[in-house]
This record gives sequence, C-alpha cells and structure tokens, in this order.
Amino acid sequence: MARTFKPQIVSANDLAIGDVVYMNSGGGWTRKLAEAAIAHTPEEGETLMGRAAPQQAKVVGPYLADVALDDDGRPFPTHFREKFRTRGPSTRPDLGKQSANPERREPLAASGGI
Amino acid sequence: MYRYDEFDHDYVRARVSEFRDQTRRRIDGALTEDEYKPLRLMNGLYLQLHAYMLRVAIPYGTLNSRQMRTLAMIAERWDEGYGHFTTRQNIQYNWTKLTDVGDILDALADVEMHAIQTSGNTIRNVTADHFAGAAADEIEDPRPTAELIRQWSTAHPEFAFLPRKFKIAVTGSPNDRAVTKAHDIGLRMVLSDAGAPGYEVIVGGGLGRTPMIGKVIRDFLPKADLLPYLEAILRVYNLHGRRDNKYKARIKILVHETGIDDMRAQVEAEFERQMREEGGPLVAPDPEHVARIAAYFTPPAFAALPDRSEGLESAMAHDAALKTWVENNTSEHRAPGHAIVTVAIKGTGEAPGDATTAQMRVLADMGEKYSHDELRISHEQNVILPHVRKDDLPAVFSALRKAGLATANAGLITDIIACPGLDYCALATARSIPVAQDLSRRFAAPDRAKAIGNFTIKISGCINACGHHHVGHVGILGLEKSGIENYQITLGGDHTETMAVGERAGPGISAEEVGPAIERLVDAYLDRREGENERFIDTYRRVGADPFKEALYAA
Repeated sequence: MARTFKPQIVSANDLAIGDVVYMNSGGGWTRKLAEAAIAHTPEEGETLMGRAAPQQAKVVGPYLADVALDDDGRPFPTHFREKFRTRGPSTRPDLGKQSANPERREPLAASGGI
Repeated sequence: MYRYDEFDHDYVRARVSEFRDQTRRRIDGALTEDEYKPLRLMNGLYLQLHAYMLRVAIPYGTLNSRQMRTLAMIAERWDEGYGHFTTRQNIQYNWTKLTDVGDILDALADVEMHAIQTSGNTIRNVTADHFAGAAADEIEDPRPTAELIRQWSTAHPEFAFLPRKFKIAVTGSPNDRAVTKAHDIGLRMVLSDAGAPGYEVIVGGGLGRTPMIGKVIRDFLPKADLLPYLEAILRVYNLHGRRDNKYKARIKILVHETGIDDMRAQVEAEFERQMREEGGPLVAPDPEHVARIAAYFTPPAFAALPDRSEGLESAMAHDAALKTWVENNTSEHRAPGHAIVTVAIKGTGEAPGDATTAQMRVLADMGEKYSHDELRISHEQNVILPHVRKDDLPAVFSALRKAGLATANAGLITDIIACPGLDYCALATARSIPVAQDLSRRFAAPDRAKAIGNFTIKISGCINACGHHHVGHVGILGLEKSGIENYQITLGGDHTETMAVGERAGPGISAEEVGPAIERLVDAYLDRREGENERFIDTYRRVGADPFKEALYAA
C-alpha cells in the first residue's frame, strides 16, 4: 500500500556556523521552522530539494523531513530528533534556538575571517 | 611531560595552515562538502545537530596548567563557555564556527595541542591509565609508550585510510584503568620471568554494535619490539579488514572471523619478516630517541614526607565533608605523603564531563599550585590531580568546593559516564545526559551513595557506545522505538581487567521509567548483598541476573 504523503520541509545546517536552517518559499534559508516552505506532494518535495542542491556554498546536507501542520497551517516537527533541532540541547535551555538570544550566533552569511 | 621538538611544532603549524586554507576554499565554494568533509574529519571537526563540534586530542589524557587555561580560553572566546571531556580523554567544543576553527587550532598549537586524527579511519588519540606515573600499583609509567605510539601513528602514511577507526590504550598497572580489553589494541605492561618490562598485547576488543573483549595475541612483547609488532598488526588489518561494510570493518570483526590463532600467525609472520630486514625493522625507534621521550616523563621531585599527614588527619576529624571526599576521591600514590585526587566533573544533576571556563581555570590553578603542574583527563570523564601532598588536601578540597567541583562520588553510583547523546550528537538515537542527570539526583544523598558503594552506570545515546554502556555494572542504551526514546538496560558489565560485557535485561523502557527501575534494582542489590563490601557486580555474579531483572520490571 502506498505511503500516505505527509507534508515535508527541507532542512540543512548553515555552512558557516552549523545552525539548523530551513528552506523558505523564495528558495533561500531561514532559521525558523515556521517560515519553511512546505511540500504537500512528493513532486513539491523534489522541487524543493532541487533548489537546495546547488546551494552547498551556503548549507550542508539538505534533506526532506516530515512535519505536521497546526490549525494555521504552520509546520511543526513530528519526530523528537527534529524537535530538538528546532530548539537546541534539552539540557541547556540557554543555548541554541531556544535561548533568549538565538541570533547572537549570526544569521546565514558566508563571512570571511578565516 | 613531553615537549614538542622543532619537527612537531613545524608539522602542527603546517597542518593548521593547510586546514585553514581548505576551510577558506570550502566557504568560498571552491570545495564541495563531499570534498571537504574527509578533510575536516581528519582535523577533528564534525557537524552535529546544532553546530560544528571540534574534538581536541589530549594525548594519553595528560596536560599541564597552561594547556588547561588555553582550553578554557577557547571555550570562552570561541564557544559557549564550556567544554565536554570525553570517554577517550579528549575535549569537545560543541559550538564551533567554521570561520573560527583556524584561529582555535592556532591557539591550540601555541600550547602544543591539536585536533589531528581525532576522527576518520586512522589511528586515534592514544589513551592511557589516568593515574599514570602516580599510581602505587604501577609497574612502569605507560606514557612514554603512549608517546612513542603517538609519534609513530601521527600521519603514518600507510595507515591514513584504514578500513575503520583504530584505538590503542596502554596501562602500566595490573589494575586496568584504561579499559584495554575494549580497544582495537590494548597494551598491558608486564614483567618477563627475568624481570624485564614488556607488554601483553591484546587485540580485537571493542564496544559499539558488536561488543568484543580483546584477545591476547602475544603474552610478552619486549619493549624494543613494540613498533614493529604494532606495524605488523596494522598491516594485517589494513590488508584483510573488511571495507565492504562499515559495520564489519573494525579489527574485532577480523579477529573474530579469522580466529585469534590464525591472526597471531599472520601477525607474527609479518613481524618476523620485518625483523629480518637488512638493518632491522624500518620502524624500530632509535634507543636514544626512546630514552629522550622517557626523560620527559621523569617523575617530579616528590618531597620526602611521612605517609601519614597529621594536618590532614586533624582537618578530617573536624570536617566530615572533607573526610568523605578524601575517602572517596583520593587514591594511593607511589610517593609517601602524597595522594592522587579525582575531581568529579559531574556534580549533582550536571552533565557528565562538562566543565565551565571558570572550572577549567580553577583546575589549572590547582594543578599548578598543588600537583607539579600536571592534570589528567580520565575516561570516566573526570579530571585528575595526580601528585598532591596529603598536607594540601584540605586546601585543594576547599578551592574545589568553591568551584562546585568537590562532589565526593568517585567510583560511586553517581560517577556516571554519559555520551553527549541526542542533545548534541547527529548519530544519536536518544538522549543520554538527561538520564544521567535524573539518576545523579536520585542517588545524590552522600550517605546512600556511600552505602551502595562501587557501582558503575554507563549511558550511551546510540549503539556506537561512546558511553561504554556494555561495560557498566548497569549499562543504559538509548534507542528509538516507534518514534519515542527507549532505553535498554544491560547488567553485569565490567570495564576492568576482569572485563565482561553486560547482559541485556529485557525489553527497553521509557525515559521516565529508567530512574525508578534503577532505584528498584539498587534496593534489590542492597537486600541481597553479603556484607557492605560486596559490590553490586560481585552480588550479580554470585546470585545471577534474575532478581535484578525482576526488580527492573517490577512496576
């Protein structure tokens, strides 16, 4: 029996700092799952991945992840691994996306200084 | 301690420069991730769940105060104010930015440290007994041997692309604190019938997906033959180790499938072939070089002291907390009037092995002031002050207590090993740190922990077993089951010279059930033990697994 398609998003890690990022509807990248582009069909998923593939100068390891949608159509993770990726270490609420100042690790940008 | 020579300095600086350039080209887009990944892994840089992680080698777990201060500085300047000491005597930084890694590696090179070969299918950082050079039960300091192996194995051109990673551990004591039987090669220093020091060579141990206890391939290897013999083992492995399946690629599988007798015959044949080479084996070290390495590990000039410290005895008589800490966290030193201090990097409810910048600096100060400028990292994720005068123990305890580092739990049930698990690790299938924290709180009462006695709990967040769960008296393995974290319990493991792989107790249980289940198991042990000195592992071996399985699943 064919698998019922679940909505999916494309996630990856920011090349420069490793932070979890999601592809947005413009084909760019956001650090917030709520802003991720949602694939409602396998074809839409392939399209998103097709946009991600050439962007390896920005991100590492893009992949499709299942999500569920809330009443407003916003995605939220269905697997605990993905839940941790949206937040940060469960034992350190002061670190990662869940911290009071998650942007301090800088937004997506290929900065110099190496 | 070993000091870099000119070659070491030049080599490490060149590698930093090379990796800096490789990283720049990755960011510029000149290198793809497929091209860059093996390069970053060879330099200890992983991409984990939330960020890059840099694994820094602490050779055989030994470092000085200046090096510890640099580790603290890196945590403060380029990371999130803490580092994680690992079961392989390394330190990991969990929030490394790609743009900073070159500067971090240069800072490490300033104090003769690096991250080379802390990943990849190469010979990894050599580990050793964390009491090396201090233990009263030691035949010989294992660190000159470990340093010799480090020099031989670093950038060894023939062994840069092994079938799989390769780990070597050395102990100089019959009491195995280096888990030698769970390594690809374990070396135990022994004496020949004539009293000459050499090695018992153990091969094919390992944990992970297929736990194996190492087998003795050579009862006695003269010290001078060490490198040709290691070269022979690695050559046989490199030639015959499987490369078609990464899960069957470790030498333990080769030893298992080949049989130790056949493996021994192949290794001995290659060893003999090398010994017949004109001029001797290529890798046989110059005795002068060996002596030069050994000289770096000359013991400090210990003061001639009576073994009993009246000052310490008096202080303990007035301070019960000091007395408890001294009883639990100090070990017998080879020099009278001295002690080995184990500093617990796992206070109640804390993540095992995580040390803050401030704590690292306190440890550096303690090492400098009280321990001949030496510190060690143990595979149990603690920090060791190897050479402390007993007279100084009250002052050391006081300073550690102010820094939150005086938990008196060495060897007790809250001295838990735990890998980073799914809070950080991209390979993990479940979290391990919260399980450790929960158990730490449940058994935090000092009197209860002391009454339970020696009890090892080791927790891994996946089958790769970085948390050594197979060899814990109680092992906890975090897995995923139907989209939920699930924990398998093993019983009866042992990481010492009497190594045993724990037996799976039964079906996995939820995270919430782990703590209560372990409490019931401990109660069952206390009910059944014959006297206060019978450890859990002894009771387990005497009565078998059944009463403990029953207790675990009683709810």
